[in-house]
Amino acid sequence: MSLLSFAEWLDTHAWSTALHESLYMYPWIESTHVLTLMLFAGTLIIVDLRLLGVAFREVPVSEMTRRMLPWTVAGFVIMVTTGVLLFYAIPVRTYQSLWFRIKVVFLVIAGINAWWMHRKIMANKAEWDTTPVPPRPARSSAALSLTSWAVVIVTGRFIAYNWFDCDRPQPDWVILLAGCVLDEV
Amino acid sequence: MDLFPIFDAMEQTWLATVIKESLWYFPAIEAVHLLGLAMLGGAILVVDLRMLGLGLREQTIPDVAAAAQRWLVAAIVIMFATGIPLFLSEAVKCYFNTSFWVKMGALLTGLIFTFAVRNRVAASGSASPVVLKLAGSFSIAVWFVVAAAGRWIGFS
Repeated sequence: MSLLSFAEWLDTHAWSTALHESLYMYPWIESTHVLTLMLFAGTLIIVDLRLLGVAFREVPVSEMTRRMLPWTVAGFVIMVTTGVLLFYAIPVRTYQSLWFRIKVVFLVIAGINAWWMHRKIMANKAEWDTTPVPPRPARSSAALSLTSWAVVIVTGRFIAYNWFDCDRPQPDWVILLAGCVLDEV
Repeated sequence: MDLFPIFDAMEQTWLATVIKESLWYFPAIEAVHLLGLAMLGGAILVVDLRMLGLGLREQTIPDVAAAAQRWLVAAIVIMFATGIPLFLSEAVKCYFNTSFWVKMGALLTGLIFTFAVRNRVAASGSASPVVLKLAGSFSIAVWFVVAAAGRWIGFS
């Protein structure tokens, strides 16, 4: 089954339609998704700024991650839960959204970067835990984290705009990247 | 006093017109407003959580508040720099929008409370746990209302 037919299958669910057309549930879920940015991205920014060596320099990195990342993870759980529901409510249009696709790419980049950070960069953390400015690999990873999450946030917001929707006339590159299926004439 | 003529005039300003006539300016400025929201959330929460006995518990409250201050100010600057143009471009809509007025009320309360009360309580280092918890909780609540009401402007 292709991803498009999976999205089309979700679209046939009564719950998907109910959520999409709900006067209150959809805005509530969407708002929760947006407001949780303050918790998820907010605490993430604090940790990354510490790793960049520009904020909370007196706080050991291990203490910063131990005390703040649980909040980031809690925010992430809310983000994923509400995000999945938002996708479920409007599956086909979202799947064929250029912005959604860019967002997913940067989510993957952010995810790999986070894995790399914890797996490799934090491996010798004990050596620089209390250093005000962490070594270059840590700073690079923090900068990539901030950049990729910023792209995720911005492209996520742009999903709401229909500039590149498949039901509007689009240049070939948009049709290709958004996976638009043109009607047979 | 009728504020409508003022709001109407604000939407006629050059900046408002430029934003309204562009397909991209409003969404682009709004996206930066969202990035500022994330930064504001972090700068607020790291201090409020600490006042509630959570988060950076090994650090003193005055230390956490002092370290967060510049990021809080930077986030507020970003929010005003993007929020004012967004508002100008739809000032008349905002005038008739209840969420907008709730947001402005909460924003004024939040700014005064944060800089006149919370920051002093946090910096003193001698406030009782009850006062600290009240200040931290109120701060989270009022900024949540600012953000939620702000989001709700778009739903009407």
